[in-house]
Amino acid sequence: MEAVLLGLVLMLSIFLGFELISKVPATLHTPLMSGANAISGITIVGAILSAGAELEAVATILGALAVMFATINVVGGYLVTNRMLSMFKKKDTDQSGGKS
Amino acid sequence: MSIELINIWYIVAAALFIFGLKQLGSPATAVRGNLLSSVGMLIAIVVTLFNAQVLSFQWILGAALIGAIIGYVAAQKIAMTSMPEMVALFNGSGGIASLLVGWAALYNIGNTTFTDITIVLSIVIGGLTFTGSILAWGKLSEIMTSRAVVFGAQRAVNALLLIALVTCSVMFVLEPSVTSPYLFAIVGLACLFGVMAVLPIGGADMPVVISLLNSYSGLAATAAGFAINNNILIVAGAMVGAAGIILTNIMCKAMNRSLANVLFSGFGAVKVASKVEGEVKPINAEDAGLILEAAQSVTFVPGYGMAVAQAQHVVRELGEMLEENGAEVSYAIHPVAGRMPGHMNVLLAEANVPYDQLVEMDDINPRISNVDVAVVIGANDVVNPAARNDENSPIYGMPIINVDEARTVFVLKRSMASGFSGVDNPLFFGENTRMLFGDAKESLSHVIGEFK
Repeated sequence: MEAVLLGLVLMLSIFLGFELISKVPATLHTPLMSGANAISGITIVGAILSAGAELEAVATILGALAVMFATINVVGGYLVTNRMLSMFKKKDTDQSGGKS
Repeated sequence: MSIELINIWYIVAAALFIFGLKQLGSPATAVRGNLLSSVGMLIAIVVTLFNAQVLSFQWILGAALIGAIIGYVAAQKIAMTSMPEMVALFNGSGGIASLLVGWAALYNIGNTTFTDITIVLSIVIGGLTFTGSILAWGKLSEIMTSRAVVFGAQRAVNALLLIALVTCSVMFVLEPSVTSPYLFAIVGLACLFGVMAVLPIGGADMPVVISLLNSYSGLAATAAGFAINNNILIVAGAMVGAAGIILTNIMCKAMNRSLANVLFSGFGAVKVASKVEGEVKPINAEDAGLILEAAQSVTFVPGYGMAVAQAQHVVRELGEMLEENGAEVSYAIHPVAGRMPGHMNVLLAEANVPYDQLVEMDDINPRISNVDVAVVIGANDVVNPAARNDENSPIYGMPIINVDEARTVFVLKRSMASGFSGVDNPLFFGENTRMLFGDAKESLSHVIGEFK
């Protein structure tokens, strides 16, 4: 039963993802991708559970490595997306905010 | 914190991801969207630390600190031109994280067969995402050849690999154990498979591969979510997976090729284009400046060459001068220009080009015949009229920006070498085409000099 429920959640999330993304203008494709990429770092939640559970030493090490990689993904992904997005400006707005 | 309460917070995090992704859909709200989504991530991480299952924190905090520093430095230091490499590496780290989470989940007690299957899935998808992304990074940064690598028995080798992978997975699930030799075989084969999958894909097809790997990194997180029975991983991973697939699809359409064709054909390894004959008409910066001065409307068409020459800032400078001179200036961007989806848009945004001047292919093509001068900077295949006219051309049928229909076309080019796909470009021999040879940045600086 648990598996069926999770399957339902999966299906709905995929549909939601399709709906959310299909109308994004080409201009934002790169930030969208790196933003979505940062979200895929959610696997850090699983990594924390493994690293902190005090199972066997191997599991802890695997978990800790996973935490490290997932954190790179999350922190790097969000920061770089933010850096890109803050460069997108409309015409005739103040040019001074160029952060790069 | 009880599991119920944690799950409620996970729902909040999922809602923030959804709103965040929605707001990423418009330039005006995108910064806020990214912020919302990062708050969702922070909530998910913090409440997980309160899970009763988490007993010790030193490993988590140490690893997170190292990861955060690496991520922070990478995100701050990377040049905008190298963004595709960066995204590839981040994809890869997400992939390997999912592989490790799946692997570690084997140490949980009381796994069902279903859980074991999803563990194998997260290891396989995570592993191939990891090595595939590393290889994509290697190709993008030109550490290795960015051309398609094809060898005779490639398909047979890949088929064997796939069979071996499936066999090992079945054997493992029948008798799961953390010391099973099949486990190590699965990890190794999955990693090898990622390499083999990206090897036959040429540099010009990189936008497709990057989007696809992005999708895989989400699917790997979803599989890991099944492996540890965690809703938030499934939801967030699936949304990323769907997003990646949509982008992949858009990229494929923009090249008029199916995904299967991109993945398996080794495009760029075969050259069958019909030879183009004609005379090339070069122009110097002085004359180009005079023509641009008289132009009422100018469209810049950037390609990967602009990124290589780092010419985006001079392009913007020239664009502004032309605008002051009374011309209407726009930047026409092909969906697959550059090495990742939206690559050119980011570069021009970096150079302070307002995003409302960036126009998509479908918007510029109907009015391209009214454009006085189209300036092609480092783009080749995406403006190649052979895609429209020459049925023998490998890129026949690919939608292009019809710059050859503009009144005058300037093509900035280093030399007469053919483009990434190795296809000749009849545009260079066109009646209304003038070639401005040399480094794009230098050429444009000279043109700007003529203007002053």
